[in-house]
Amino acid sequence: MRPEWTDFVSGKWDKEVNVRDFIQRNYHPYDGDDSFLAPATQNTKDLWAMVLDLQKKEREAGGVLDMDTKVVSTITSHGPGYLDKEKETIVGFQTDKPFKRSLQPYGGIRMAEKACADNGYEVDPEISEFFSVHRKTHNAGCFDAYNQEMRACRSSHIITGLPDAYGRGRIIGDYRRVALYGIDRLIEDKQDQKDSTGRVMTDDVIRLREELSEQMTALKLMKQMAASYGCDISRPAANVQEAIQAVYFGYLCAVKEQNGAAMSLGRTSTFLDIYAERDLANGTFTEEQIQEFVDHFIMKLRCIKFARTPEYNQIFAGDPVWVTESLGGVGVDGRHMVTKMSFRYLHTLTNLGPSPEPNLTVLWSTRLPENWKRYCAKMSIQTSSIQYENDDLMRVTHGDDYGIACCVSSMVIGKEMQFFGARANVAKCLLYALNGGVDEVTKKQVGPKYRPVVGDVLDYDDVYSKFMDMLEWQADVYVNTLNIIHYMHDKYCYERAEMALHDRDVKRYFATGVAGLSIVADSLSAIKYAKVEPIRDEDGIIVDFKTTGDFPKYGNDDDRVDSIAQDVVHKFMTAIRRHHTYRNGVPTTSILTITSNVTYGKATGNTPDGRKKGQPFAPGANPMHGRDTHGAVASLSSVSKLPFNDAQDGISNTFTIIPGALGKEDKVFSGDIEIDLNK
Amino acid sequence: MQGRIHSLESFGTVDGPGTRFVVFVQGCPMRCAYCHNPDTWEMNAGTLMEPEYIIEQFERNKSFYKGGGITVTGGEPLMQLDFMIDLFTLAKEKNIHTCIDSSGIAFNPDSPVQMEKMDRLMALTDLVMLDIKHIDPEKHLELTSQPNRRILEFAAYLNEKQVPMWIRHVVVPGITDDDKYLFELGYFIGQFSNLKALDVLPYHTMGVAKYKKLGIPYKLAGVPAMNQNKVIEKKQVILEGIRKRRAEQAEQGSGQEEQAGQAAKNSK
Repeated sequence: MRPEWTDFVSGKWDKEVNVRDFIQRNYHPYDGDDSFLAPATQNTKDLWAMVLDLQKKEREAGGVLDMDTKVVSTITSHGPGYLDKEKETIVGFQTDKPFKRSLQPYGGIRMAEKACADNGYEVDPEISEFFSVHRKTHNAGCFDAYNQEMRACRSSHIITGLPDAYGRGRIIGDYRRVALYGIDRLIEDKQDQKDSTGRVMTDDVIRLREELSEQMTALKLMKQMAASYGCDISRPAANVQEAIQAVYFGYLCAVKEQNGAAMSLGRTSTFLDIYAERDLANGTFTEEQIQEFVDHFIMKLRCIKFARTPEYNQIFAGDPVWVTESLGGVGVDGRHMVTKMSFRYLHTLTNLGPSPEPNLTVLWSTRLPENWKRYCAKMSIQTSSIQYENDDLMRVTHGDDYGIACCVSSMVIGKEMQFFGARANVAKCLLYALNGGVDEVTKKQVGPKYRPVVGDVLDYDDVYSKFMDMLEWQADVYVNTLNIIHYMHDKYCYERAEMALHDRDVKRYFATGVAGLSIVADSLSAIKYAKVEPIRDEDGIIVDFKTTGDFPKYGNDDDRVDSIAQDVVHKFMTAIRRHHTYRNGVPTTSILTITSNVTYGKATGNTPDGRKKGQPFAPGANPMHGRDTHGAVASLSSVSKLPFNDAQDGISNTFTIIPGALGKEDKVFSGDIEIDLNK
Repeated sequence: MQGRIHSLESFGTVDGPGTRFVVFVQGCPMRCAYCHNPDTWEMNAGTLMEPEYIIEQFERNKSFYKGGGITVTGGEPLMQLDFMIDLFTLAKEKNIHTCIDSSGIAFNPDSPVQMEKMDRLMALTDLVMLDIKHIDPEKHLELTSQPNRRILEFAAYLNEKQVPMWIRHVVVPGITDDDKYLFELGYFIGQFSNLKALDVLPYHTMGVAKYKKLGIPYKLAGVPAMNQNKVIEKKQVILEGIRKRRAEQAEQGSGQEEQAGQAAKNSK
């Protein structure tokens, strides 16, 4: 065993790259409470005050403090940057100073130019020329390959948010590998992978070999980058500070090269706890010191920034990075995976204050320890900064070493990745079905010229059958568009740093998404259970509806309409599955968009459920606003009936409740008001 | 036996332990000045529902109610004893935690028929949340239109049956916030070993809109909502009363020993 691994329990992990095996053999589940946690040190307070000051200046400057316009960002493009070198225990910024946004043109030079221009900066003309003339971008590649129909679908917003002009994101490198093995061992491993590819040079083998070389280059650059900060990551981390630093350097390399739609961190806390426990036992560090490392690490994650356009920020409702970190969960052997480090991560919300980033996500199981559940609830009440996801559901597919990318996309760390696929607007698709492929807003023939609905009253069977045909078409053009996008992204904007921290043969999820599900469910329900009369304009296009009578609405635990929602998800997924997917990606779908529902609503005409043109969609799989009238459980129950097997990329439900409705005296949970006579 | 139901709520979080399925029954003889559900007063309104239907509604979402159960509130649940017995019989067959939120006003120890039913119902009840509006008989009458004698007798009865009990008390500025009476309340409930929790609630004005809608004059018009922090102080006053009673009980002779032991255990 290497000296850095002293005291660790040996296993498969020290013979092969296998972080999960290391964790399972070495971690200590923690059942205790939060009383061990240490407050912020003076250095932490000083550094955080500097960050708050920069944030303030950034807001005052209109949202961006500084942008790089000359240096194209790579792993080693920028020298080291600091807040205060003397005080930082975890170091590293994306550029040579904090809050300076990097220039990342590989996704698309026009997007990079616009992001600068909209914030009052100008990309160096030489760089613009280089990426317009000499070096093609992902965006240019996509538009070279798109056909007319794809372009039309894109402009009419029946398919929306496609990652064809910016980084697709949603890939999580196993940043823990940098800490556990050191870069030199990882390069050796990659060399072995390259030596073991097939000998017949098919397209696939050629691409794989080129990619593995790219990955090895990235690994070498990581070492250089770390060295510029005076850190040696060629060897394994020897203590918890080095381990946190190494994990962060791995992640930092990814965000230096990719401005992805979601750049998530993975599942690092329980891994790092193993180092912390060893250091505590050996007296290497105190609890205060370890908390300080964690605070500084989280502080750095809160400073990750990208150059983005106002339109982008509008779609995503802000400027999110989605530095998602998954905490807790339960192992396949039945032991929960909560450690002291899980507490320390959440404790940063106390030491540094509440924050949406990093997106701290608790993998929830009924079998989590009670003290942890209580601590999570307490921190949620205090900070509203914690996301929860159902570990009991996802563990079945992904085991116990998966993480969440973005908000709900689950993948096994280092073994699975995702091709992010934006969303199909199924509400608009329903309107296309009524109008024979004519767009209800632009009046253009976008979809196929199928027979439109005739007559004065909509007939359920007729509309349903036409909708199914149109859905089939939508899935077809959608998957083909995504095939082009991911082909070009791999070609012109390959995620070498993240993929260097994956196995050679990864499972690729081909993610798609649905927007407008509750509108479709309610619309079909209205047509089935009430009387819906279409109103046509002078061109004979249905632009509005007159609905007489009541109908069951999704969100009330009513199977008559909930079954429609389930059916639409299943039919959509079935249509997606029929297609060839790039690199044999495993198709999945999500019922998502907790942010873009407003934008989608703007692009969609009146719908038979009574929603008016321009009105926002409900977020994710939520019932439409105000239509769930039977209480929260009935509403949640409708959502929970959606088939997870057909929406494995995630089903999101936005649920808002005033704290007082959940418990009393804020600190006290319902049912926990036992009389304490000692007070 | 069918119940006269005002409404069902699938997500109750403040009506007993855990997340609960809440049944609001229709009909109440009390006219509490601050009642926020005046729409449940009328005895002959509401919807008739079978106990089976209600249990079915619970069962279809039972995974939400782990650690919770069913709470019947209202209205006054104890006005519908036959229905309650049927409902809780079914609930206990399914191992569902049962809770009644009651004012105790319907307790009638003089009627053997009523008492036989009450005994049966209490054998099926896991928790009673008893809302004592005011400890002083006259002030109680003024506030609720009813005397409080039977309510206090009901508390003693629950203790005798050892049905776990939470005491709820709403603090209304200028009406139920007098420390003297709060202490007395604490002193009264301190004697019961079945007392498991004390839930002191701030008066809020969210019910006013309902009165307007129903065209009922609102007696507490102009009374401000109760400050949350003050409620925590008021709770301490009640706790003082409980402590005093418990200390006295502990000092008393051997006859009380067992009960005092219970009380000490309850106070952790």
